[in-house]
Amino acid sequence: MYRIKSIKFGILSPDEIRKMSVTNIITSDVYDNDGAPVDGGVMDKRLGAIEPREVCPICGNTRDECPGHFGHIELAKPVIHAGFSKHILVYLKSTCRVCGRIKLPENERQQYLKLLKDLEDLNLKYLVKRLHEFIRKKASAQQTCPHCGAPQYKIKLDKPHTFYEEREEGLVKLTPAEVRSRLEKIPDDDVRLLGGDPKEARPEWMVLTVLPVPPRAVRPSILLETGIRSEDDLTHKLVDIIRVNNRLREHVETGAPNALIEDEWELLQYHVTTYFDNEAPGIPQAKHRTGKTLKGIAQRLKGKEGRFRGNLRGKRVDFSARTVISPDPNLSINEVGVPEAVAKILTVPEKVTPWNVEELRKLVLNGPDKWPGANYVIRPDGRKISLKFVDRKAVAESLAPGFIVERHLLDGDIVLFNRQPSLHRISVMAHVVRVLPYKTFRLNLLVCPPYNADFDGDEMNLHVPQSEEARAEARILMLVEKHILTPRYGGPIIGGLQDYISGAFLLTNKSTLLTKGEVIDLLSVAGYRGPLPEPAILKPAQYWTGKQVVSLFLPRDFNYKRNAKIASASALRCIDEDCPHDSIVIIKKGLLLEGVLDKATIGREEPENIIHWLIKEYGEDVARKFMDDVYKIFIRFSEMYGFTMSYYHLMIPPEARERIRNIIEEKKREVDRLIEEFKAGRLIPKPGKTVEETLEDEIIDLLSKRLLDEVADVITPYFTLANPVIVMARTGSRGNPINLTQMAAILGQQTVRGKRLTRGYLNRSLPHFKPGDLGPEARGFVARGFVNGLSPVEMFFHAAGGREGLIDTAVRTSQSGYMQRRLINALQDVRVDVDGTVKTTTGEIIQFKYGEDGVDPMKSDHGKAVNVDRVVQKVVGWRL
Amino acid sequence: MSEKKDINILEHVLVPKHEILSPEEAVEVLRKLGVSPKNLPWISVDDPAAKAIGAKPGDIIRIIRKSPTAGVSVAYRYVVVDVSRKEASVE
Repeated sequence: MYRIKSIKFGILSPDEIRKMSVTNIITSDVYDNDGAPVDGGVMDKRLGAIEPREVCPICGNTRDECPGHFGHIELAKPVIHAGFSKHILVYLKSTCRVCGRIKLPENERQQYLKLLKDLEDLNLKYLVKRLHEFIRKKASAQQTCPHCGAPQYKIKLDKPHTFYEEREEGLVKLTPAEVRSRLEKIPDDDVRLLGGDPKEARPEWMVLTVLPVPPRAVRPSILLETGIRSEDDLTHKLVDIIRVNNRLREHVETGAPNALIEDEWELLQYHVTTYFDNEAPGIPQAKHRTGKTLKGIAQRLKGKEGRFRGNLRGKRVDFSARTVISPDPNLSINEVGVPEAVAKILTVPEKVTPWNVEELRKLVLNGPDKWPGANYVIRPDGRKISLKFVDRKAVAESLAPGFIVERHLLDGDIVLFNRQPSLHRISVMAHVVRVLPYKTFRLNLLVCPPYNADFDGDEMNLHVPQSEEARAEARILMLVEKHILTPRYGGPIIGGLQDYISGAFLLTNKSTLLTKGEVIDLLSVAGYRGPLPEPAILKPAQYWTGKQVVSLFLPRDFNYKRNAKIASASALRCIDEDCPHDSIVIIKKGLLLEGVLDKATIGREEPENIIHWLIKEYGEDVARKFMDDVYKIFIRFSEMYGFTMSYYHLMIPPEARERIRNIIEEKKREVDRLIEEFKAGRLIPKPGKTVEETLEDEIIDLLSKRLLDEVADVITPYFTLANPVIVMARTGSRGNPINLTQMAAILGQQTVRGKRLTRGYLNRSLPHFKPGDLGPEARGFVARGFVNGLSPVEMFFHAAGGREGLIDTAVRTSQSGYMQRRLINALQDVRVDVDGTVKTTTGEIIQFKYGEDGVDPMKSDHGKAVNVDRVVQKVVGWRL
Repeated sequence: MSEKKDINILEHVLVPKHEILSPEEAVEVLRKLGVSPKNLPWISVDDPAAKAIGAKPGDIIRIIRKSPTAGVSVAYRYVVVDVSRKEASVE
């Protein structure tokens, strides 16, 4: 096998361009009157076959085989290749304008040549680069030529392609011809000293005398419906170049006035420059007749939609689907609901064996339009038969081992599911197919967090692995249950959220008693088959607790103890197991003995919750089963309970409102006092702050944090766990106590960039206030909550403050996206080797032990390799 | 201008322990890691710590430092003249 050892880039010499050219392109005409390409035009047939069944006159191939051939244009006068103008400048500056030799004395030149050779032999790349830079600097500083004594002038580059010389008489323009003749005079060794390679890139080749014309296949013309041919941008540009080139040649041959020649020459230079790069700074962009800017060669390669990022690194794929997602709590977290319409297009190739031939015959008979069916049959000789247009009965009949049937997607197939932006590996996971009616992909709500998905119109992509290896890898490595624990931190990323948590809390609450019917209802949702436990209450009637229901699904030897989320509120915290608030969760031998389940024990992104230990101690399939079954019960109970909240749940009694009003008045008076002190010049500035800043800081502190805290203290007694709003806030399912204060009582001070609202009108935020008013109301203080409603001015201030958050999100996503791209590019080839070292593909060591401790974060307990507490807990039970 | 004080940077709290490996140790380390010296991270002879312990090109330095994750971590460096050659050595 041949391996590429190295790649060398160079510049095409005029000779090389002519040698690889099949024809000289001489005419700006493209097609003749019959619409056939003109010989010697830019669409010359010799530039390669592109039409169907067209035979290439050069290589004799049709368009599938013909590689395409270059042509060339002989330029009447040389033009600068703008892509090299910086390099040309270096050569012009460092060499003599008369004799073309490097502006260094002969002895120095010899010395540097030897040094350069030594450094190159030692392969000291960095020092070689430094030497080149040093020589360039030294040579360009020389005022007279050390070889011929000619005086030297400063050279200036006017981007992108014009060179000037600063002579005594002023700025003189150097024509490309002059530039080229100077570059030609530079000896090979001097080119080497300046960092060039005279073999692969002689400096004069940077000034074009011959222009290569790319094959037709590179710039195909499109046939519009109207029958009119539309040419590629590059073709347009080449025609422009030829037209101007021919006119220029004519002028030169007929001896036209110099000014005329120069104008045409300049125009040719413009066309050539924009042909290469139509976004070159310093010159106007070349436009279509329609005003659309033309695409130069650089534009084809550059940027997000360019050849590299758009086509080579971003290829489109077959066997994929994309549609809107919607929730389905009845699916397993391992599953994805696929619309029938999608299942009929996506196919899986299945080999015919004696064991499945009958099944596959049925699928073949059903054909492409009836699910479950098949779209293609591949015969052992490799012929692919579409089942759309053939006698399916005959094909089904002929089916024998060795055939391959491309059958529809069926329940139980494994597919990859993805949501952009694919920021981490859990943005792509493998799901098991469930073909369902309607037109959306369905997924369990519990897998929303890893994809960061919601159902406000999100779309997701689905890919069908086509080989047995790919399917095996997907099932073993990528299945959702293998990713409940995230490598980001040691803990589960998948877990209860929102209604799951509220439901779990309500179900496991001490006051929840279930009748036999209710218990059966709940258990049937989870598909429980087995005896009911003994009821917790026997008389006057049989009742079960929610804790008993949950216990049925826990492994028999599971021990667990953790403070519930509600214990984070000091009023509900307990010191030991004798807990009246039920805020310590204790599971012993698989029985939930006490404590309510909430965010801390069944929530997502909550390390050390029940799911975490179930996975680590019983395996992810047990944990997944627990989630599939029990979490469904949580929602079912939420439905049974009729969990909801209303306006009245946020009402507070008049006496509380009065107290809040007093607190607000008191704070406002304090602010007024501060302002008076400030106006009287008595306010003492804080260290490092001006008096104005000190005042603003004090006011913000008074009106936001301190005020809200005091108000919160007033209203909390009126909100207990009997209130659904509090249930949500305390259990961690949605919202927090601050939101509650804002709804029920007061929003407080609104800020933009940490400052009170000041901008808008001259010296005031709105024309409702006097100029220079520093009072709370004039600077964005909102004294009401959502329950009472905001005044128009307050609503305006709140919107101004809220807008900041939206802008921050928008800015953050774009910035983190770019950071992500750069990190991935830098790290993509780094891997952890079998011995725990981190190496690049070339075997260079990056880390001697992964993360210095060799711990896989996914298999750790948030970073630590061993969690001693849990080990003890497991062995001795819940009592520590 | 004030006199330059003689400071032993190795005594500074932020400088981890550097030590030159004996040829026998070096061979053992490379055998364990299964790499050639050029695949180790490189350190310039001009590196202040390398100079302070008197390392010469071709030596292998062991660096022992405190680590927030592992307590103590050990790393090795290959002493070279020109660190920039690292890019060139990629075959």
